[in-house]
Amino acid sequence: MDQFTPLASTAGGLLIGLASAAMLVLHGRIAGISGITGGVLKLQSGETAWRAFFVGGLLLGGFLIHLFAPGAFAVTVTRTVPALLVAGFLVGFGTQMGNGCTSGHGICGLSRGSGRSLVAVATFMATAAATVFAVGHFFGGSL
Amino acid sequence: MNPNAKSSLGRNLAALGVGLLFAAGLALAGMTQPAKVIAFFDFSQGLASWDPSLAFVMAGGMAVYIPVFRWFSRRARPLLDTRFRLPTRRDIDARLIGGAALFGIGWGLAGFCPGPALTSAGALSGSAVVLVLGMLGGMVAFQSLERARSQARRSVRGSSSRAVDEGARS
Repeated sequence: MDQFTPLASTAGGLLIGLASAAMLVLHGRIAGISGITGGVLKLQSGETAWRAFFVGGLLLGGFLIHLFAPGAFAVTVTRTVPALLVAGFLVGFGTQMGNGCTSGHGICGLSRGSGRSLVAVATFMATAAATVFAVGHFFGGSL
Repeated sequence: MNPNAKSSLGRNLAALGVGLLFAAGLALAGMTQPAKVIAFFDFSQGLASWDPSLAFVMAGGMAVYIPVFRWFSRRARPLLDTRFRLPTRRDIDARLIGGAALFGIGWGLAGFCPGPALTSAGALSGSAVVLVLGMLGGMVAFQSLERARSQARRSVRGSSSRAVDEGARS
């Protein structure tokens, strides 16, 4: 898997930036997907609906893209159900504990010049790379 | 319809639109292909077969967000709310680093961060649906732990202040 896609990835990045910018201009908030999703689960009145609509937009968007361009989800990795559950649990727990993920700390935080986000991004990039190395080295790339 | 309900309808529909646009960006960028994300972090085959695409996604996103943030965050308020609600914390604590470290491990294990996981779950990818269930479980687990901790702290503070009251009385 070494298909470098500079044009599509830059164009997709611009769209992600546009969506994040729209959330700032319209809602006055950081487009942090983990924070917004975690906020839905807290069920605070007046704060849940717009978050649920945003998450619904991601889900509906995924469904529509799947209908018209299923290739967008074609390049997968094989992981067992327990590995997926553990990976998901760490993503959920870690992003709540560290207040953000690739969107909130990555795109928005780095753009705002936030020191916290810079530390978070450096940390999660480092542990992600270390994990990929470990999975490749000790498990032959599959879990 | 009262004006509040009307504005919350606008906010909700706008959030739906932002979510749709975000999903389109993630899919176009290749973020919904976990093997591509893992390839960004995999240097084991040497630089010749390294896939730097993810860096282009970040660069593209920031190229739009930086100027809009500089221009718009100086305004008095966003279009659909009475004020901005942006993070103000500047302290770097163990939670920030520990949380980010755990997230990175999860990201590296399966190649899904939250946005692409939700988008792929919407596309009915079985592995993404399973991962999202784990992710929601992790979120609920942390939030419950937080609630339990803050309750414990409150009850400790409550009993110690009672002790102080009693001491003052005697």
